[in-house]
Amino acid sequence: MRRAFVPRDDLDKPMVRFDAVTRRFADVTAVDQLSLDIREGEFFALLGPSGCGKTTLLRMLAGFERPDEGRLLLAGQDIAAVPPWRRPVNMMFQSYALFPHLSVAGNIAFGLKQERMPRREIKARLAEMLRLVRLEGLNKRKPHQLSGGQRQRVALARALAKHPKVLLLDEPLAALDKKLREETQYELMALQDRLDTTFVIVTHDQEEAMTMAHRIGVMNHGRLAQVGTPAEIYEQPCSRWVAGFIGDVNFFDGTVDAAGVDGVVVADTAGRRFRAAGTAGIQAGTKVALAVRPEKILLTTAAPDAAAMPVNTVAGKVADIGYLGDLSLYKVRLDDGTVVKASVTNARRFAASDIGWDDTVWLSFAPDAAVVLTE
Amino acid sequence: MTNDTAPQKSVGERLIIALPYLWLVAFFLVPFVIVGKISLSQTVIAQPPYTPVLDLSAGLGGLIDFFGALSADTYATLAGDDLYLFSYLKSLQVAGLSTAILLAIGLPIAHAMARAPARLQPFLVVAVMLPFWTSFLIRIYAWMTILQRDGLLNQVLQGLGLVDEPASWLSTDTAVLIGIVYSYLPFMVLPLYASLHKLDESLLEAAADLGCPRWKAFWLVTVPLIAPGIGAGCLLCLIPIIGEFVIPDLLGGSDTMMIGQTLWTEFFANKDWPVASAIAVVLLMLLVVPIAAWEALQSRQIREGR
Repeated sequence: MRRAFVPRDDLDKPMVRFDAVTRRFADVTAVDQLSLDIREGEFFALLGPSGCGKTTLLRMLAGFERPDEGRLLLAGQDIAAVPPWRRPVNMMFQSYALFPHLSVAGNIAFGLKQERMPRREIKARLAEMLRLVRLEGLNKRKPHQLSGGQRQRVALARALAKHPKVLLLDEPLAALDKKLREETQYELMALQDRLDTTFVIVTHDQEEAMTMAHRIGVMNHGRLAQVGTPAEIYEQPCSRWVAGFIGDVNFFDGTVDAAGVDGVVVADTAGRRFRAAGTAGIQAGTKVALAVRPEKILLTTAAPDAAAMPVNTVAGKVADIGYLGDLSLYKVRLDDGTVVKASVTNARRFAASDIGWDDTVWLSFAPDAAVVLTE
Repeated sequence: MTNDTAPQKSVGERLIIALPYLWLVAFFLVPFVIVGKISLSQTVIAQPPYTPVLDLSAGLGGLIDFFGALSADTYATLAGDDLYLFSYLKSLQVAGLSTAILLAIGLPIAHAMARAPARLQPFLVVAVMLPFWTSFLIRIYAWMTILQRDGLLNQVLQGLGLVDEPASWLSTDTAVLIGIVYSYLPFMVLPLYASLHKLDESLLEAAADLGCPRWKAFWLVTVPLIAPGIGAGCLLCLIPIIGEFVIPDLLGGSDTMMIGQTLWTEFFANKDWPVASAIAVVLLMLLVVPIAAWEALQSRQIREGR
């Protein structure tokens, strides 16, 4: 996991503040009464399914869309009416939007020429940018003479050349193949660390957001479903929707049977009783969903010792096995037909797996592995 | 298994490739050679009205006599008389000026079309081409009635109190320019629209994002990227306007002597086929320059893979 981000700017004056912002298109509300603070130097990811409004949010920051309602502040100043060419933010476009008639150098220097920077400074900044994205020697090439990865770097260098206060990245890695995408993720993180610029990235790829961002804003239907660090979002999702959107999860729907200081007991619809820890404030009788991630479930082939029978243990038959190389995913059918997914790390090579289809297995998880969701 | 011989083209394939060449030879090269031959002849009062006439039945000797009788006298006539030079220059002036006006009018129209809602655009394209549904000649006659002394234009101008006396529009250079600009506008608008339509909107957003206001982005991004469309539109207008005959003949006056009319006069009024042919050959040579420029532009684009 990434080093924790320590905010250093004034809490009342974040780098970016969306204050109850709404943006409507014809008959859809793309962004709905959304409020969000992004801190100086933060790497913030907007994550959500397509059409959730994340790109509209980014385009409002760039100035291509204006909020219908609410205020949009950049370093304490309302920028809703400022045109894109006067905003100290720059955007890296999903399509890269490189000028096909200009060389690499012409593309990177385009923004600098607009602010009438002296020729010598432009030259120095250009060299700095080419070094930063490791494109030295390619400055005379035209975009169509570059590979996809190189084009992506030119787009990045062009957006960074003006030293923006906020760099906006719209699905910056979507056009790269998987290997290159992973490499570039770490390069972007290192770059952001070094430049100490606020990065706001829009992505639909949760792995990308989890890897790179200090904080993630999960969006759905124009609203923020949850804002938090990658670990918070994964381990403490605030709703059934967030838990299901990020990663794989099993749900047990039920009612709180008993609530105590050290947790609750949930009786699910099939009469199974589970213990969940750390859920203060939930009353008995509340309808809840118990969320358990597949990797937090222990799968055993022998019945646990009756005396040491741990809590939260259920038995079932293996219905499906998915071998993914690094781990195997087992789908286990319980007596009432519920299918529970459990993943097992393949720590040993050729560990002759003794689990087959229709074998009876036992699944158990610790009380603190389960999250009780009321929404 | 390796296959190191290139696949043989079948007779059918060869024929398909040869067809456009055959077409060009039959309908361009052969007529051009005939016109070129006539331009090297002398005018006589006979049928046909020029000499020498190629007579293949006279055998090799006749062929030698024929080539011996050819001369470049007509070209000396063209060079010796200011009338021809004046006509060429007038044609170039009218064509250059009207192409500039066409670009100035066509660009905003094409721009507005490309920015219109996507479902509206096919209708706008049809609207631009709509005048073609009426005969070209009828449209020019319509302009004659509009531009005449008691025509629509003068009525409107007088009604608005802009002029006291009805101005004479017909038989002026202005009338020729109006007629040409009106007739050629689709040829300017359509190539411009095609290249503006292809222009990636995000490039203009990127320019704005990098600190470039809209008007400046038009010059720095739009114009360079639609340059092929501008070139195509200008050449599509310039080349036929240079040789334009009907519009200056119907709308222009005696001082609007474009090369097309000079050619017509030589051919029909003076019955001087050799000089008329020489005018046509020189005109073609003049047009080859812009056409070659266009070809060079297009092949460069293909090389750059745009």
